[in-house]
Parts: sequence; C-alpha cells; structure tokens
Amino acid sequence: MSLELANIELKVEGQQHIYQTSLTLENATMNVLLGPTLSGKTTFMRLMAGLDKPSSGRIIWNGEDVTGRRVQNRDIAMVYQQFINYPSLSVYENIASPLRLLNIAEKEIDNEVKNAAELMKLSNFLNRKPLELSGGQQQRCALARALVKGSGLVLLDEPLANLDYKLREELRAEIPKIFARSGSIFVYATTEPEEALLLGGNTATLSKGRITQYGKTPSVYRHPINATTANIFSDPPMNFTRLQKRNGKITLGNGLQLLPTNEMSNLSNGDYIAGFRPNHLELTRSSEQAIEFKATLNITEITGSETYLHMQHEEQSWVGLMHGIHDLKLGEQVSVFLDPSHIYTFGHEGDLVLTAPYSERA
Amino acid sequence: MAKITLSNLAHSYTKNPKSQSDYALKTLNHVWDDGAAYALLGPSGCGKTTLLNIISGLLTPSSGQVLFDDKDVTNKGTTERNIAQIFQFPVVYDTMTVRDNLAFPLKNRELTTDYIDQRVSDVARMIEIEDILDKKAMNLTADIKQKISLGRGLVREDVNAVLFDEPLTVIDPHMKWKLRTQLKSLHRQLGHTMIYVTHDQTEALTFADKVVVMSEGEVVQIGTPTELFEKPAHTFVGYFIGSPGMNILPASVQGDRANINGHDVKLNTEYAKIDGKIELGIRPEFISLSSDPTNLPIKINRVEDVGHHKIIRASHQDHDINIISSEDTEISANMRYVAFDKTRLNIYADDWLVEQ
Amino acid sequence: MKKTQNQKAWFMVLPVLLLVAFSAIIPLMTVVNYSVQDTFGNNEFFWVGLEWFEEILHSERMHDALRRQIIFTLIIMTIEIPLGIFVALNMPKKSGLWTSLCLVLVALPLLIPWNVVGTIWQIFGRVDIGLLGYTLDYIGINYNYTQDATAAWFTIIIMDVWHWTSLVVLLSYAGLKSIPDDYYQAAKIDQASRWNVFRYIELPKMKGVLLIAILLRFMDSFMIYTEPFVVTGGGPGNATTLLSIDLVKMAIGQFDLGPAAAFSLIYFLVILLISWVFYTVMINSDKGNG
Repeated sequence: MSLELANIELKVEGQQHIYQTSLTLENATMNVLLGPTLSGKTTFMRLMAGLDKPSSGRIIWNGEDVTGRRVQNRDIAMVYQQFINYPSLSVYENIASPLRLLNIAEKEIDNEVKNAAELMKLSNFLNRKPLELSGGQQQRCALARALVKGSGLVLLDEPLANLDYKLREELRAEIPKIFARSGSIFVYATTEPEEALLLGGNTATLSKGRITQYGKTPSVYRHPINATTANIFSDPPMNFTRLQKRNGKITLGNGLQLLPTNEMSNLSNGDYIAGFRPNHLELTRSSEQAIEFKATLNITEITGSETYLHMQHEEQSWVGLMHGIHDLKLGEQVSVFLDPSHIYTFGHEGDLVLTAPYSERA
Repeated sequence: MAKITLSNLAHSYTKNPKSQSDYALKTLNHVWDDGAAYALLGPSGCGKTTLLNIISGLLTPSSGQVLFDDKDVTNKGTTERNIAQIFQFPVVYDTMTVRDNLAFPLKNRELTTDYIDQRVSDVARMIEIEDILDKKAMNLTADIKQKISLGRGLVREDVNAVLFDEPLTVIDPHMKWKLRTQLKSLHRQLGHTMIYVTHDQTEALTFADKVVVMSEGEVVQIGTPTELFEKPAHTFVGYFIGSPGMNILPASVQGDRANINGHDVKLNTEYAKIDGKIELGIRPEFISLSSDPTNLPIKINRVEDVGHHKIIRASHQDHDINIISSEDTEISANMRYVAFDKTRLNIYADDWLVEQ
Repeated sequence: MKKTQNQKAWFMVLPVLLLVAFSAIIPLMTVVNYSVQDTFGNNEFFWVGLEWFEEILHSERMHDALRRQIIFTLIIMTIEIPLGIFVALNMPKKSGLWTSLCLVLVALPLLIPWNVVGTIWQIFGRVDIGLLGYTLDYIGINYNYTQDATAAWFTIIIMDVWHWTSLVVLLSYAGLKSIPDDYYQAAKIDQASRWNVFRYIELPKMKGVLLIAILLRFMDSFMIYTEPFVVTGGGPGNATTLLSIDLVKMAIGQFDLGPAAAFSLIYFLVILLISWVFYTVMINSDKGNG
C-alpha cells in the first residue's frame, strides 16, 4: 500500500490554501504532520481522505488514481480532536459499528471488538454509553473504532489535543503500539514537536500551506533545512540572534566574540542568523568554550519538572528551557551559557548554511 | 483585600452524608494569606471547583466556616463578600462597548462619572485593551473577552479576592502562555489575593506562589512548585506533577537502607520503624543508567527521544521505571542497572511522605 | 470529467422539484391566470389585463380590511411579545416535574385545532351560557360580541393572545435556557439590578429567537382566518372582517374570481414584502453589532 500526492494544490475562491506539493507515504509508516494552528494540517488530511478535492494534481492510492473519489468509497479511518462516538450506542456497539457494515460473522466481530477494547483498556466499559466515560476513555473508544476497521489509511487529526496532560501522556505511549500492530499508513497531525518525536516515523513540517521538510522524524529535528522548519520543530520556538563573520572573526549579536570552531572555519565572510534551541541555553557553564550571554529575565514558567525562562537579550526575546524548578528573581540580569556546537547557522533567507556541529555527532 | 480563613470546612452534595466518600470536599483547615497567589490543582472531579464556589459564596458548605479577615461570611452571598470571579467561558455583555463593560460594576455601585472614567482607563491600560475600548464586546476573540471579564473584576479597587475558574479553557493554545504570564505580572502589580483553579500543572505552577494539590476531595499538599517537585507529600502529587511523574516502587525500609525485591538501596538518612504500605519514590530526573551490578537490575523496554531529553521506559520485574537522561546519552548494551540519587529519594507509608 | 460525477444529484432532487411544482407553482400560476381574466361562466374567459389589480388597489373595501388587519396585528403583537417574554422569565428554570408540568400547560393552547379554538371562545363569550360573557354581563358590563364592534374586537384579540402567546413563551424560554449560569453569577458579582440582567444578558441572548417569534407571529396573525371567522364571521357588520375573511367573502360568497385572485396576489406580495423587510433588519442587526 502507498499513498501518493502528486503535484496537488488547493485554491478556494482565489486563495491559495495548499501550495503545490508532492509527497509519497509508504506502506506501514507513521507520518506526522507538524505545524502550528492554521498551517494546513487538517486541509492536507481532508485532501488525503477525499473530503475535499484538490484544485489540481492527483491522489494515487496503491497505484490507482482516486482523486475526487468520495470518502465513503475509500478505505479510510479518521479520528478527530473532538471525541466523536455514537452517543446512543454502547462502547461495544460503537467499536463494532464499522464491522457491521462489512457483513462479517458475529463471532469474528466479537473477537475483533474484544481485542481492540483490550488494547485500548476499555474491556471493563463495553456496556457503557460513551457519555458515561471520561474524556480519555471516549477518545480511546473513537480510536478503537478507527482501529478495528482495518483501513489502509488511518488519519488522526490532533486526537489528544482536548485531553488533560496526564491522559495525553498515557495515550501518547499507546498510539505507537496500535500503529505497530495495524500495518496501515498512519497520518497524525499535531502542533507539538514533542508528540512528533515520541511517535517517531516520518515527519512533515508545515507552514502556511507548504510542507517545509519531510523525512525521518529525528533527522528533521536535528537537521532542519531552514529556519522555518527549525522554528516549527522547537517548543518553545528557536532563539535567534545575528552572526557576522569578518576576516575570519565571528561575532554574535552586538559584538560578542565567538571563537571559530573547526566547522565554522569554512564559513565565508558575511552576515548570518544564528539559531539555537531553548534547551541548549544553560544557567551554568558546562563546557569551556561555552559563550556567556547577559539577559534580563521577564517571566518564568514552570511545567512541573522544567522551567521556561523568558528573557531579553539585546533586541531579541529568548526562551530558555531548564531542567528542574528554578526560582529566579524576575527583572534581573542573568547569565546564560550556550555551547557553540549547538548553533545552527542560517542565511538571510532562512536557509540552512551550517548545521549545528553537535547534530553531526549524534 | 483580605485574608481568607477556612475553618473545619467540609461539603457534601448529598443531604445526609454517611461515609467519607459522600463528601465532595473533606474536612479542611487553611488560611489564604492576604495578597498571595494560589492555585488549586487537581484532576476533574477532585473537588477544586466545589472549594472555589464555597470561597466565592455561590455554595454554602455543609459544615465549617469561611472567614474574611476574621469576619464570618459563611452564609453571606457573593455580593457581600466583594470578590471578583473569572469563569471558564468568558462572560461579557455583548451589546455594550468594552468601555461600558468595564464600567458596569462601578455604575451599578453608583460611583461618580469622573472616578469611573479614570478607573476604567487605568484598568484598560493595565490589561492592554485601551485600543478597543469603544468596540462592541460581541465579536471579539475569546482571549480578549476573557481579558474584559478580568478587567471587570479588577476595576473595583476594594475586591477582597480574585478567583479564576479554569480561565484559559477556551483560549487558543498559542495565546495561553501570553495570558498566563500576563496574569502573573498583574498579580505582582496589584497584590490582590488570587485563587486560580486548574487541572493544568503548567498553569498552576507558573501562576501561583503556593499550589494546593487536591485529589478525591482532599487537599494532599500545599506547597511551592519546588516543594511539589522535590518533596511530594503524597504519591498522588508525585504522579500528577511532572511528566512523566515520579516512579513509585514497593520497598521495605530498615535504618538507612531500603530493600526492593531483595536489592539494597542506600538512603540519605536513618528512618525509624515505619508501619503500613511502604514505597520508595524517585523522580525520573534523578535516576541514571549504570553498568554496575551492585545497582538495581532493570530491563529497557523503549527509549523515547523527545529532542531535549530522552525518556527511557524500563521495568524492574513488574514495576515500570521511567528515566530521563540527557539528549546525548549513549545507551550501551551493558547498562542493565539503575542508580538512584540518594538525596532525592522519598519514602512513603500508605501513600503519605515519611518525614526524615 | 469532473462534472459527470455530480449528474446523479439532479435525479435525487427531481421528486422534490415535482412536489413543489404541484403544491406551489401550479396553484400559484392558476391564481395569476385568473387575476388577469374575466369570466361569465361556461368556461369562457376574457383577457382584462391589470384591471382587477387596479380595482382592488383602489377599492375602499380592500383599504378598510387592510387597515383592520394592520391594527389587529399590531395590537396582538404588542401584547403577545412582552407577555410571552414575561411569562418565560417567570418559568421555573431547573428541569424537574414542576417544570415539565408548566411547559405542558403553556403548550396546551397550541395543540388545539384552530376551529376548535374559535368554537371555544364563541361559547365562552356567550352571555347566556359562556363563563366570560355571563360574568361580564353579571358585573354590569354591556358585552355582546355579535352586536357590539368593541366587544367583538375584544373577543378576537383575547382569543389570539390566549392561543398564541404560548409560542412566544416557548421560544423565549428556549433562548433563556441557553444562557450559561456563569452569566448570572458574573452579574451578581457586578451587582447588576434585575432590570440590567434582563437588558444586558437575557434580552441580547434571546434576540435571535425573539426575532423568529416576531416574524412568525406577524405572518400568522396577518393571515389569520379560522378563529375570528368562527367567532364573529367578520361582524358585526364588517367590524372584524380581516383581509383573509374579506378574501373568502369575495371569492366564495360573491364568486368574483378575478378580483379575488388579484386580491390574493396583492395579499401575498404584501406579506412577502413585510417578511423580507423583517428578515433584512434581522440580518443587518446581527451584523451591526459586529
């Protein structure tokens, strides 16, 4: 099985929703669509499902052109952000509903439903109505229904966005298990980089109706080809500052000296943008070559086991992600450190000039 | 502004509660300091909204008292308590302009026009909605509407407390942290007593000086974010705060040693004899992989690379152990043991922390 | 190629098109046909152009009926809309047996066939055996709806209020029920008066359904026939001859088919025009608040 999007494009009333894109999703792969709200994730899914028709281009399923074929006649399962179940049917009947349409023997249905329920930890709730379940269980029920259908293409549109973070944690761990068992093509839309990394597989980063990069998830994360991708694939967003090289001398921001490392020695003279991830800023110097920045601390956010520091360095707003809880005085100057091996160098158009040296080692 | 005292407070929605489980809110004594920022944190159904409604006066408790600055207000209504409340869904008066919305509580209290104008423009500046003061409130976005509801609370100078009931539920994710941080800086500027109900740990820990963690109608810990992270008073706090939560392993304790299934773990201090179900709690951040066979043997099931760190999903016999290690950790085949940072070990008896 | 896939849809719509053609378009065209011709029976027709329309538009009789109709509609609407809102505001809000009972009681008049409503009030108002008529007569008020125009008007207005206020109540009640509790709590905290709660929360939130109620009540009352016909037959004299009663008199009573057809088309256009005005105001007032 494979799904191929060949030069598809979507225009609605003269507005470009999706720019020309070609993409092939192979059999039994997990494919994450990662991008902020309104970047086109749902639109892409609707095109893949056949809920919308591309303005131009072909959608090819197993070598067969299915462009414009209605979703009812395609082999597709979909799970939405809202928990969509049949409210008047029991959990058992909800899960069984796609099988009932296929004229399958009762015994086999029973078997399938029980297996899916077991996997989704719903075995004790089979006789309940969906509304008698918690949010997490309702979404599990919807997932189980999508799963038993045994579709070749399973589309998941931010399925965990409406759940509490503890439930999200649990289900995030379960979805890869379901995927591993099904052998279908999974497409999973999310706004959260961490979710993409947890799911693994391949990731396509999206921005304003364009796929900016597609590849193996860890590789897209560590080797972004431009600043847009790097920014999408970083939560909180990547920090940036100016980088200049003049006569072999490199300066950051408003004149901070940086000793050129081996990798940077090949960089030609000119103006660049330096980008680095929030988690690579540190409060203590961990390596000799680390650069020290002075920044004013605006706000701190605590997530439970990590602290986000929102700070101002020269004219740039930066965010630092620190392990543990840090109770720092706001409004004061702090010193933050950055190992130069974590710097990605981008050209003025945002294209990657030099990848961060650390990522080559990993 | 006021100090709020809850004395022997309990609430049940059934008429004649028989057992503890009939109580939506179990007996609670607590003093909310004047001018502090609190968060009530817990999963849905833990009783946090019940507690908030008792403080705001929308609900009369089954037993116990609510004191505002030592004045008993248990049976007083919301208006008399002089509090402001921000709800889950933004409440604005659609047909009024933003300015009239902000002025509404003051007009109802028949204050002078000059004062009202002054106050409204002050508050509008504070919450950064000056530029839309003359727009109708109807078609604004949820986050602006929520700011207006907040503004209507803050416009009264004499409010005793500002209460928030999951105020960011309907706010777009990328607007959430903006509002969250703005709330925090507002608290610093104004110094009102603020109580913030949420099930989201980031909202709670970011906003509050002190977080009240609730589970099944009971307050299980009141503490600073650091305390909740380092010394969870209850295994629930360990589980609920942090992702992944604290690892909990059954153990026995004798003196300065714990024993997990026959494997010795050295503790930081001596413990007196403890009764009940004994467990050892340690956060994933404070466990490291090791190849030293004197440590606890484990099996690695899965390694999740989440970018800025790795989560190692392992197990020791039937017990899951999560380990957080840095981005560049190499995991070699002989790393079949884990070492605990003994200064970060906590011992629990019947789910409650055993003080050292 | 793209178009071929949608052809099937047209076949699906066909039955509905046929149904509409038979139920609405064909009868309407018949009326249009009649309105421009004269007949002396024997199935002989003469083309008269717009003569009937001219006659109807200039006829005193039509003007009187239209004036009575507008007065009637205005009176019943100024009573029913506020009264309906008032009743809805005082209905119990929490669901329970008491609320269900109230709802059934309120909905009861809507369930009675229209001619039965007329008959009920015809009997109710009689001085000899009707409770209303008897009581009024007993306390010394001269009340006789068959003789006295004021009494006749009084009766048909009271009857319409009794029959149709329920509709306004139910619609307003549905609007009120959709207001979250948070609004009332916030208003309490803001120390809003009862009037302010109504003016700034309840009324704006009810606006949508209220406009529908107004539209429905306008259309229904403007076309009212059965109930007043059963009670007063349009009398005494022509005192309660509303538009539709007049139309029926003309068509069936006098068998003036041509003028009656012209009359009904004008009637139809008047309702369409006013409804359209209502509709535009509705849509614009929604936008205007933006």
